[in-house]
Amino acid sequence: MTLKNLRWTPSLVIGTVLMAALLVLAVIGPMVWGDAADRLNPQATHQSASAEHLSGTDALGRDVLARTLAATRLTLLMAFGATAIAAVGGILFGAAVWVSGPRVRELGLRLIDVLVSYPAVIFALTVTAVLSPSATTCVVAIGLASCPAFARLTTNLAAGIANRDFVSTARLLGVAPGRMLRRHILPNIAEPLLVLVSVAFTVSLKALSGLSVLGMGTQPPKYDWGSLLGKSLPDIYVNAAPVVAPSIAIIVAGLAGGLIGDGLAAAVHPDARGRGGKARIKAVLAATEPAGRTAPDDALVAVDGLSVSLPDGTRLVEDVSLHLRAGEVVGVVGESGSGKSLTAMAVAKLLPEGLRPDAARLRLGDLDLRGEVDPKRLATEIGIVYQDPSASFNPTLKLGSQLTETLRVHGDTGRAEASAQAVEQLRLAHVTLPEQRMKQHPHELSGGMRQRAMIASALLTKPRLLIADEPTTALDVTVQAEVLKLLREANERDGTAVLLISHDIGVVTQICDRVLVMYSGRLVEELPVERLRAGEARHPYTRALLAATPEVDEDKPLAPIPGRPPQPADRPAGCAFAPRCELARAECEEHRPVLQPMESGGAAACFALDWDLTPESVPAAADSAASEGSTA
Amino acid sequence: MGTRSPWLTFLLRRAIGLVGVLVTLVVVTFLMIQLIPGDPARRVAGSDATPARIAEVRSELGLDQPLFVQFGDYVSGLLRGDLGTSFATSRPVADLLGDRLPFTAELALLAIVVVLLVAVPLGMAIAVACRAGRRRSLDTAFTSATALAGAVPEYVLGTLLILVFALGLGVLPSSGAATLSALLLPVIAVSVGPICTLARIVRRETASVLTQDFMRTARGRRLPALRLYARHALPNLLTSTLTLGGLILTGLLGGTVVVEYVFQWPGLGSAAVGAIVARDYPVMQGIVLLLGLLAAVLNLLVDVVLGLLDPRTLNAKAGQ
Repeated sequence: MTLKNLRWTPSLVIGTVLMAALLVLAVIGPMVWGDAADRLNPQATHQSASAEHLSGTDALGRDVLARTLAATRLTLLMAFGATAIAAVGGILFGAAVWVSGPRVRELGLRLIDVLVSYPAVIFALTVTAVLSPSATTCVVAIGLASCPAFARLTTNLAAGIANRDFVSTARLLGVAPGRMLRRHILPNIAEPLLVLVSVAFTVSLKALSGLSVLGMGTQPPKYDWGSLLGKSLPDIYVNAAPVVAPSIAIIVAGLAGGLIGDGLAAAVHPDARGRGGKARIKAVLAATEPAGRTAPDDALVAVDGLSVSLPDGTRLVEDVSLHLRAGEVVGVVGESGSGKSLTAMAVAKLLPEGLRPDAARLRLGDLDLRGEVDPKRLATEIGIVYQDPSASFNPTLKLGSQLTETLRVHGDTGRAEASAQAVEQLRLAHVTLPEQRMKQHPHELSGGMRQRAMIASALLTKPRLLIADEPTTALDVTVQAEVLKLLREANERDGTAVLLISHDIGVVTQICDRVLVMYSGRLVEELPVERLRAGEARHPYTRALLAATPEVDEDKPLAPIPGRPPQPADRPAGCAFAPRCELARAECEEHRPVLQPMESGGAAACFALDWDLTPESVPAAADSAASEGSTA
Repeated sequence: MGTRSPWLTFLLRRAIGLVGVLVTLVVVTFLMIQLIPGDPARRVAGSDATPARIAEVRSELGLDQPLFVQFGDYVSGLLRGDLGTSFATSRPVADLLGDRLPFTAELALLAIVVVLLVAVPLGMAIAVACRAGRRRSLDTAFTSATALAGAVPEYVLGTLLILVFALGLGVLPSSGAATLSALLLPVIAVSVGPICTLARIVRRETASVLTQDFMRTARGRRLPALRLYARHALPNLLTSTLTLGGLILTGLLGGTVVVEYVFQWPGLGSAAVGAIVARDYPVMQGIVLLLGLLAAVLNLLVDVVLGLLDPRTLNAKAGQ
């Protein structure tokens, strides 16, 4: 966001209008109502509300409404003054702390932390006690009291951007600290500061008025909204009218500042809400067509014609059919955005909010996963290992409580028994010191240990299906192989079927029996792992994936795949891979190929399979794709 | 940091910090009198005091002594629990504070409890109900209502409450501290603003916690909704909420001071106002010292709760 193309949310509009109205009042108030405000009327003191005096009169018979309107100028001036002191003082203080040496900075940051937590009103009372009450005293006091907030924001923001490239560059070039602050840092933190200014204005106005209510702010003959309210408070049980006008004025001004702050904050930190509605509906047109293949009836997991769509109808996954037999290890590979994780999460019934699955068949054993399913069976029959072990454990709970939770909530297993089983699973997953780990928090373990613990957790209920969604992506290469071995061990030990999701064709080749390849939301090839290992993939995309994967024992050049998969909403009517495919012909752009079974086992969705291609015209994957990639 | 317990390091650091705050407060309150512009003794004695009376006040305050002697006297007095004697009532300041503190503590603590008990469930409920863009109108209503109610300062709200309940409906006693029901209006007045601010923070933090990976893990365990939100989401959003909201809770102490005046609540706030008007400096010193200490202790409590909820914060709070 820049201030020029500010998003005018309703709160920002209302706040700005209110503030503008108050500013107009502040300018004209004393001129228009000044005389009426000071006109004494000994015959009409302490009057209640009447047509003549809408908010009654005070002890000297002056019209409270007129006084309130006339007091707008002083009240706003005081609030602006305090805000200015706070902003200028705070930013200078924060900046000074930030550009000074490390020791001073450390001390300064601590000081700011302590000062921020000190209530402004109490600080102001302290200052007022020393420097006798007056408007100036409390403006200075409230201004000073709000300085730490600005100082803290300045240092926080400065810390955030100091490590960015342009600041390091400026430092390397030897730009002086003062100049660096003015030219490079301040312009980048202007927007959040502006939000704080509007917040500080509201806070100052409330605090200043509060002091005046106490009689510690403006002193007669000067008056602001707070002192008008404070003066009428003692008589509230006798005559309530005079408290009304100043109360409303304070609320309106506070509301104006608050709404502007809200609006600016929303503009600086735009949330996702504003963007959702614009997604285009395009791919829906090319939807529903007969499912290519159906899963065998004896499969453990059977998925037919699965699609996953956004609320606007855009299909992220289209017409995917797959199956896993009991004890089988099946891999799904594809680039990010290919829909492989969504497919797995649809099977797990864990799709993110708002995504809608739809399938002709979606079952695990005898469980139909399309409707409501007994949570206990879901929890115990499907184990899930997630991508990032550091984010997938709850940081606030001990491992023991997280590992045993499914058993305790869904089983009849007692705490001690669940614990013993968890320790045993941790041991099987080669987690060191399993008993101690149970009492530790996730952050006390290394990434590799956490993923082992996650696998132990997933296997604890002896699930029939283990879904591993990119289980090695966040791990060091050295740990990857061990984690994969663990999955295979579990499969061999307990006969657990494993659905392994990965973007890395090398990972799936290591432990899978069968591999599915997804591209742009669809299944494009399915093949036994031996054929993949032998490099005998049939689909051009799978071949390109293989060519882009490094192999230890071969010295061939890597061939990146040129181009990018289409966005879900922009998928073509024909083959989604056609724009990146070297074999593509006109028919590929017009029609979509369906999966056809291969004589050698497996299936692929590609028209080129039927073409009479001489061996020479089939790209020897590596060379030609490599030359293509370098020019793309 | 080695194998040393993070709690030990944390408490050690914070104890040092608390001592630092205490020393600062002592120095500041001591300087309060020194910083009075012109002749403090004249200011204290009043503008119409005779020179003899001023001299008397000067020696009474110890202002005729060298600065370090005064400071020494002040500190040794504090160590003995002697906060000086009120000019206005000639009572020991410590006694006066002892009378007033329970009222302020009662009001502030009750308000804190109310704020937490209302704001956290409210913010969570709104976040859960409006997750992933559902129920836009409820979301808008919540945002508008909290903006409006949050814009009303405590003392104005207190005034309005008196107008509506005590005067309009005649249902509640609205001033003094005689009964429990007398507490009701002041507590509402002090709590509403912080509830609005905190509920919005909780709503935002909950929304972000709900999208975290570990919440998906918990959903993968197919937990009942209550367990999912109370056990898995709540501690995580409390850490971020309290980090931001701790300031609101100490700020509440400031709100209490003004509200006390509106409801004629016999706490530290009204004592402070009275002391400033009467130029009763020893009382003022004592109140500033006490309120400052309360704010520091409240801060420490927030950090301890944070540490209990999420031990990772201990390392951050204790410094690297």
